[in-house]
Amino acid sequence: MFKVIENQLLAPHLHRLVIEAPRIASARQAGQFVIVRSGDGGERIPLTIGDANRSRGSITLFIQAIGAGTRKIAETEPGSYIQDIAGPWGQPTHLEKWGRVACVGGGVGTAVLFPLVRALHEAGNQVTSVIGGRSRDFIILEEELARFSAKVVVATEDGSYGRQGFVTLELAEMLEDPLRCPDAVFAVGPVPMMKAVCEQTRPAGIPTIVSLNPIMIDGTGMCGGCRVQIGGQAKFACVDGPEFDGHLVDFASLIDRLSMYKDHECRLVS
Amino acid sequence: MNNSLSAKQRMAIPRAEMPTIDPKVRCGNFDEVNLGLSMVQAVKEARRCLQCKGRDCVAGCPVQVSIPEFLNALAAGDLPRAAQILLNDSALPAICGRVCPQETQCEALCVRAKKGEAVAVGHLERFVADWAMAHPEQVGMEKAKFSSSKKVAIIGCGPAGLTAAGELARWGPEVTIFEALHETGGVLRYGIPEFRLPKAIIDAEVARLKELGVIIECNVIIGRTLSLEQLREQFDAVFIGNGAGLPVMLNMAGENLKGVYSANEYLTRVNLMGAGRDPSSPTPIIRGRQVAVIGAGNTAMDCVRTARRLGAERAMIVYRRSEAEMPARQEEIEHAKEEGIELVTLTQPLSIRGNEQNWVAGLHCQVMTLGDADESGRRRPTPVAGETFELAADVVINALGTRPNPLLTATQPDLLLDEWGNICADENCVTSLPGVFAGGDIVRGGATVILAMGDGKKAAKAIDRYLWGLDQPSAMASR
Ligand SMILES: Cc1cc2nc3c(=O)[nH]c(=O)nc-3n(C[C@H](O)[C@H](O)[C@H](O)COP(=O)(O)OP(=O)(O)OC[C@H]3O[C@@H](n4cnc5c(N)ncnc54)[C@H](O)[C@@H]3O)c2cc1C
Ligand code: FES
Repeated sequence: MFKVIENQLLAPHLHRLVIEAPRIASARQAGQFVIVRSGDGGERIPLTIGDANRSRGSITLFIQAIGAGTRKIAETEPGSYIQDIAGPWGQPTHLEKWGRVACVGGGVGTAVLFPLVRALHEAGNQVTSVIGGRSRDFIILEEELARFSAKVVVATEDGSYGRQGFVTLELAEMLEDPLRCPDAVFAVGPVPMMKAVCEQTRPAGIPTIVSLNPIMIDGTGMCGGCRVQIGGQAKFACVDGPEFDGHLVDFASLIDRLSMYKDHECRLVS
Repeated sequence: MNNSLSAKQRMAIPRAEMPTIDPKVRCGNFDEVNLGLSMVQAVKEARRCLQCKGRDCVAGCPVQVSIPEFLNALAAGDLPRAAQILLNDSALPAICGRVCPQETQCEALCVRAKKGEAVAVGHLERFVADWAMAHPEQVGMEKAKFSSSKKVAIIGCGPAGLTAAGELARWGPEVTIFEALHETGGVLRYGIPEFRLPKAIIDAEVARLKELGVIIECNVIIGRTLSLEQLREQFDAVFIGNGAGLPVMLNMAGENLKGVYSANEYLTRVNLMGAGRDPSSPTPIIRGRQVAVIGAGNTAMDCVRTARRLGAERAMIVYRRSEAEMPARQEEIEHAKEEGIELVTLTQPLSIRGNEQNWVAGLHCQVMTLGDADESGRRRPTPVAGETFELAADVVINALGTRPNPLLTATQPDLLLDEWGNICADENCVTSLPGVFAGGDIVRGGATVILAMGDGKKAAKAIDRYLWGLDQPSAMASR
């Protein structure tokens, strides 16, 4: 049983939960995730470890409460308990001192991006965070990111905040400006966004790392359900990932496999 | 009860038949297929045992259960005595009675099998074990005999880990099991379906261990949440029983189509997460109409029979050899056939075909024939030139087998592994690391419950000796 210490609503449906999990807090590294199950009969849901505080023995999760399972977790009040949290799963982010790094986040992907930005900053990189969302309400973690970024650029589709358009617009300009052109790009968000970013950086061969979110169950490498095609090879995102070289990812197959249970989800939510 | 029968009288008794749920009924539910022998049936069956001097059955049992002795007690109607003998030799008899391949072990060597049918040792083991679970007060509850300040960590809560924990706890040390999943049981829970092994049996076993003082910590992955090094610092000895949980992929075109599952994923969704079985489960599963399962082991049979229960009109085993070579337990094959499972034999899938939406549409198959016997003694399948065909299917399940999961072993370069990635351990489960023991599938590759259990028992003995300084720290290291 894992005690929820804080539960804050950051944006519509987006909760920030601080949870007591001392072992995971001290073992985790940036880029890793946990698998959470709210209670008996609940689904096993993978969630990125947004942050951790070793001395306090706590981890921070950002949860977009859209499905039945995530809603249940996000509704846990401070002082109450979540039954199962296992991890840390996945490979830690590969950290290097590239120099200028662009971190591109879309929607809830920004939450996954946050620990990377922090780790990249701490590894001595100059980070520009480019975050986007449908409208102002969906822009999250701007202040938190600012603490570890040289610059934070916001883009909203409706123009209600920051510049209007997709995050890729800003990235395109950066790529063209020799003074701002990144030496590496990290992209986390909806699959079409990550795919678009990879196409932008491919011609110049700029290292681009994406964090993939295939359907998972166990997280131990036991079921193979999370397999993704990387450079023509099957990899298990839970143990080999979730971060991969974006230029090698078969996004079409990922999008396809993510749609496997679409009908089911719809029935469940309504 | 009068058990003084002549050999001739014993020989005249026909083998008891296990009552089962009607196949038509059971295809619609997950209830245990075998209903269990009645008391009258069981005693009669036990009397078929000739109590021969050879005791070959015992040699056929990987953990040498005193079979003639427990059968003799049962034949005399002395159930408490039968239960005590059985429980003394086997840690998980209610489970082994249900899932052991008796026809290749104890029953294969029964003298009665030479001229007729073997004594139904498996059915009787199950009978006595179930009776014991229902009558704990008559068996005498075990208690921890001593207590000591020693601490032992067990990695993995499958049959190997559960057995090692149960044995050790009786002898004194404080035992903690660390399990990666949110539930106990390992393959017994997430792999083997309810219709073959009701989960209440695992729950009872786990409850018994807890009563003995065993601590079970789920959601702890050794190699991730805690390192093996941390365990070695905090505990006096460690037993690794983390199984062989890594699916062997098909490596054929179409593997990533929607509707293709590994057996582990398919079974985990249904068994562990309740998909398709429990209406309140949020975990989805694709219910195929035409389900093709590749492979013919126990896992394949479990998948295909599960698919049937989830409503498949055609549920098929696709296997490159013939029925005689199928590695599954005889009973599973028979039950499967009763349930209308089709055995598509001498068929090697070459690729999986998809439709325009990337859903599985079928298997492209090669017709095979059996050639000469290979090293394993089974006849080798060879392709029949030019003979291929299409098999329609909307769900394909890969049940080719599993390999050791490197999650833990990769974190410990000093731990000696074999070329397949299994942990090297000697006959006492001693590994190359002092104080670290290993057994079950992580040492043997995908094997059986009884072998995992046997390892757990041997390891417990070796650990007990190690804790008291009776053995050299590591026999493996000095090799
Ligand atoms: C579908 C299926 C049907 C089968 N049918 C039969 C049958 O009829 N008869 C038979 O004899 N055998 C059968 N087998 C084989 C049998 O189940 C295995 O041989 C046996 O379960 C192995 O036991 P184990 O304790 O070594 O491992 P497992 O049962 O695999 O248990 C290992 C446990 O360790 C956990 N774990 C793994 N890594 C870690 C880690 N790093 N930290 C903490 N915990 C970890 C796992 O989650 C798991 O719970 C079947 C197998 C399958 C898959
Ligand atoms: S989630 Fe099962 S193998 Fe990755």
